[in-house]
Amino acid sequence: MTGRRLIGRRPLLVEGLTALGLVAAPFVLPPLGFAPDTVNQAVVWGLFGIGFDLLFGYTGLLSFGQSAFYGTGGFVAAYLLTKAIVSSVILGLVIGMIAAAATGYLVGLIALRRTGIYFAMITVAIAETFFFLENSPLSAWTGGENGIPGVPAPSFDLFGLHYRVGTGWSMYGFLAICYFIGIVVALRIVRSPVGAILRAIRENPSRAAAVGHSVHGYKLTAFIIAAAYAGLAGGLLGVLQAFMPPEAFTFDTSGQLVMQTVIGGSGTLFGPLFGALVWLSLRDFLQAALNLGAAWKLALGLIFVLLVCFLRRGLIGAVHDAVGLFAGRWQTGTPETASVPTPAPTSPMATVGPSRRPDETPFSGPVIEARGITKSFGGLVANRDINFSVNQGELRGVIGPNGAGKSTFFKMLTCELPPTSGHIIFHGRDITGMDITGVCHLGLTKSYQINQLFNRLTVGENVVIAALAERRGRFSLDFLRRIERVPGLATQVESTLSLVGLAARRDVPVAELAYGEKRRLEIGLALASSPSLLLLDEPLAGMSPRERAETVSLLKNIRRGRTLVVVDHDMDAIFELAERITVLHEGAVLAEGTPAEIQRNSLVQEAYLGGVAA
Amino acid sequence: MITWPNFVSQCFNGLALGALLALISSGLTIIYGTLGVLNLAHGAMFMLGGYAGYVAFEATGSFAIAVAAGSLFLAVVGVLMERVVIRYFYSRPHEDQILVTFGIGICLVELVRLAFGSLSKTVPPPSWAAGISSLGFMFYPTYRLVVVGIIAVALLGLFLVLYRTRLGLIVRAGIEDSAMVDALGIDVDRVFMIVFGIGAMAAGFAGIVNAPVVSLTPDMGDAILVQTFVVVVIGGVGSFTGAILGGLISGEILSLTSMVDPSYSGVMLFAVMTLVLMLRPQGLLGTRGRT
Repeated sequence: MTGRRLIGRRPLLVEGLTALGLVAAPFVLPPLGFAPDTVNQAVVWGLFGIGFDLLFGYTGLLSFGQSAFYGTGGFVAAYLLTKAIVSSVILGLVIGMIAAAATGYLVGLIALRRTGIYFAMITVAIAETFFFLENSPLSAWTGGENGIPGVPAPSFDLFGLHYRVGTGWSMYGFLAICYFIGIVVALRIVRSPVGAILRAIRENPSRAAAVGHSVHGYKLTAFIIAAAYAGLAGGLLGVLQAFMPPEAFTFDTSGQLVMQTVIGGSGTLFGPLFGALVWLSLRDFLQAALNLGAAWKLALGLIFVLLVCFLRRGLIGAVHDAVGLFAGRWQTGTPETASVPTPAPTSPMATVGPSRRPDETPFSGPVIEARGITKSFGGLVANRDINFSVNQGELRGVIGPNGAGKSTFFKMLTCELPPTSGHIIFHGRDITGMDITGVCHLGLTKSYQINQLFNRLTVGENVVIAALAERRGRFSLDFLRRIERVPGLATQVESTLSLVGLAARRDVPVAELAYGEKRRLEIGLALASSPSLLLLDEPLAGMSPRERAETVSLLKNIRRGRTLVVVDHDMDAIFELAERITVLHEGAVLAEGTPAEIQRNSLVQEAYLGGVAA
Repeated sequence: MITWPNFVSQCFNGLALGALLALISSGLTIIYGTLGVLNLAHGAMFMLGGYAGYVAFEATGSFAIAVAAGSLFLAVVGVLMERVVIRYFYSRPHEDQILVTFGIGICLVELVRLAFGSLSKTVPPPSWAAGISSLGFMFYPTYRLVVVGIIAVALLGLFLVLYRTRLGLIVRAGIEDSAMVDALGIDVDRVFMIVFGIGAMAAGFAGIVNAPVVSLTPDMGDAILVQTFVVVVIGGVGSFTGAILGGLISGEILSLTSMVDPSYSGVMLFAVMTLVLMLRPQGLLGTRGRT
């Protein structure tokens, strides 16, 4: 976490250090036993890995198929350059990169249809197919098993001077410039709104969709970016070796990339470069110095397994932790959460942008209306013919014994579940069949019964994710814009944080919050998208008496200017807060009325007391 | 040149390959279904089974002993792998499980390379199944017919274990909801260990039974692993019957395409997988909602 704040304060620090490191490498590395060719290979792997790290380390998509794009970019560039179709090496590399990105788009459309292990398996199969294609059907262009020899090195005409890139450190200069550009672009992406959303998708894809982001669109974006990086690196491999090897397309290439990234540290951008340096130097060292011959790969395999078991964050993660341990734990380390008195959310003036869409002409009818909705799972009818409507500015309580169908009902209102029959009308518009992301953009959001947070992000970042959707829409490709430049974002995040009483906890990772604070952040995520109708699913569940009192006063606060529907088991709270209460029982509406009416209702008493009292 | 006997013989090849893929895939899919772990070392286990059988055959000269020793050895490897590494990964993300099994697979391959070198090894078929048989209208290598029979028996055995025993009942319940099985007071831990052993054994058994048809190399598991993934994607993850159906379909696709042009067989297999993903993303016999 320290690292990220450091970046925030001194925006060009990392870029500067990278440039310094790349310039220093030819002077520092040779005495350590690195041959220029080893360093050059590591730089190509490192560039290849930047894209993969954006895909895996940041977005959480583990692909074993990156060789497909590495090979595509490499062979397209090598073909164009050796056949003299394109004379400029740079242009050839760019075209190769574009070809790889386009291939990435098509492959992504297929592979991203599934997630998790399916995604990993599909990428493996796709990469293998590319190898088959290169090897035989396309061998007239790719040279089949022979690859493409004679890839030219770039040359430049600068101020009348002709400079042709040679081998060794001359080639290093060219590769280092490419790597530097690659890192600068990647850092921009990481610090952009898109970068923040990619991390959110890694942490909790379904919540990212629920707060209004097009998860599929952003995953596809990350996939294409990764493919573009791979394509450029593939082209550079051909230039570096003056030969485009068919091995670029093999499963081994994808596997080596994954291993190097994990060894170096994923989610760091620089991990792949360090991993490649470790990999290549260990290979040389074990083979030459220790005379281990073929056993070098076994040694690397064992190192890899041990790192995955015990140091999942790789070498960079380990160094980061070690530095943190020695240098500044006391600086950032706040005392344990329980002892921090959390200020109760008392600032009544802090309101998040009065509910959304003030431009819409005031709508006189109900905000939300369910018309005869029924949901059945096979033979089980969870909800039966429910009619329900809530007026503007109302706070409605929904209660019912366990198994009454409250959660199913809520899921249908937010379009998480489609009803079997019936319609849901929001602001006079039929939203039945829309997806949860679209509904969020209309101004209807929910907070979850079980916290759905972005656990490895800070409190502030969590709220940013939710607020971004409202500011930018469900999909926007501003991946070169700094996140601080999103208009209105800062104020919206500030006011949401102070409304839920977490302003002082802004930089704390969610994992370190107390339970009650997490519950308030859960509500904060829903609030940050400025909904006109907010559904709260058991906001008081599992709270201590003090936390409960705080949250009840929070609910009183946020109801100003909003319409709220609250489901909870806490009768006292519901009867204190709600203007009207709907009672669900066995999947149907049992009663509806003011708290006083509900208290007197004999049907309700019977439902709760099981009829014995009657 | 496509002739009628050629076509029939390719269909048989497809059946033999399909049966093999079905057996390996069912091992993979049972492990995933029960433990929730995608085992990327599965291809290496297939390879290891072949080598274990090779060693046993060299020592005893008996093919039957080679098959028994190869499968048992892999069962032990599977149980060890589960006890020493995998069980600490149940609570970690899928990605970590994939990474660690991938690494173990590489270690297994490199260990075998170290011990046996990169040159290929061969195991001859048992003497009673050597040569070719007449099927009336064509001749066909006897052992390939035997392979289909042996694997059919193995699949039947696996089916009986899964659908007719207490262990199988627990495994199938675990595929549906392993947390619930745990809550019912069943020792899931022990079941997981046994399932991993059975899954590894299926791969190892396939490896040794297949050994007389191919030559053994340390890298032979890679190609099989990729094909196994396609089988599972086509059939549906976690579905035993899906693995068998997917295996048979994939075997025939590979064989019949190579009759026309061998270089397109892998591409065609992938094309069919893509088609399945488009039309039925959960796989032919998979259930929706499982990822």
